[in-house]
Amino acid sequence: MNQAAHAHPEHRDDFGAKLGMWLFLLTEILLFSGLFLGYAWMRTRYPAEFHHAGTEMNAVLGVTNTIVLLTSSLTMVLSLVAIQRGERKRAMLGVGATILLGLVFLVNKAFEWHAEIHHGNYPGSAHLATLPPGEQVFFGLYYTMTGLHGVHVLVGISVLSVMLVMIKRGRISRDRFVVLENGGLYWHLVDVIWIFLLPLFYLAA
Amino acid sequence: MGEGEMSEPMTAGAVPDLHGGHAAPGYGTFVAVWAVLVALTALLVLVSRSGQGAAVWGLLLITPVKAALVFYFFMHLRYEGLLLKVVVSVALVTLLIFFALLFSDIAFH
Repeated sequence: MNQAAHAHPEHRDDFGAKLGMWLFLLTEILLFSGLFLGYAWMRTRYPAEFHHAGTEMNAVLGVTNTIVLLTSSLTMVLSLVAIQRGERKRAMLGVGATILLGLVFLVNKAFEWHAEIHHGNYPGSAHLATLPPGEQVFFGLYYTMTGLHGVHVLVGISVLSVMLVMIKRGRISRDRFVVLENGGLYWHLVDVIWIFLLPLFYLAA
Repeated sequence: MGEGEMSEPMTAGAVPDLHGGHAAPGYGTFVAVWAVLVALTALLVLVSRSGQGAAVWGLLLITPVKAALVFYFFMHLRYEGLLLKVVVSVALVTLLIFFALLFSDIAFH
């Protein structure tokens, strides 16, 4: 089967693949931007409430997760350098480390949400209903934005797990790595979004 | 240019990176960028602790620099051609216009 495919010059457009990925990422940016705009408007409307609700956030966990994601971006981009040099083992190590750090991020996030929910700060809770509208909006945005971001981390981990197998099987190699490059682009964008979420929620107080 | 690439798939395979190749950055560049990103995060935390006004300025000044570093280096925009840079810029400028409109609306409401 494969021989037949190789006998015929295959259609391949790495730049097109990358451009397509970037166009998709731009729609992702605009998706989150709607939420960022909503946050900006609400924060100017309820500055005191946002400040007060921000004191309930666990800044240490937020900063820790930032370092975790920044480091995962590094291991991701290093795996691409490795595959371009034909260092397959190192490339797998990089992607593996990225997946692992992504999981660490989600575990931290789970602890954080668990604590917030334990404090009664979750949408629809009786405690939240007693708070002023501005604080309710803050927690609404907090769960929506970190939740949507968390889903993206989960998707990123799934995509990278597939890439790990593809590198192992030689489907991603020194000569054809645009798939890994695109997976990396997605992962880095998830990192960029978190870079903005950190000061908006965890350092707001 | 796209046509040329498509008609010569073998060449495209032999030259892994059209816009980098030998100029492609090594491990060191990215480790350095990562160190700067971590340092900027520390700076952002410090600035945010010194008061509400400083926190907002930290958010508005330091955060975009961090995002730009990720875009420029980790996401390889630095090593891409003009077309991709323009496409991304158009989207980001559009976004800036949206934010400018929002804040002008808030300011003059």
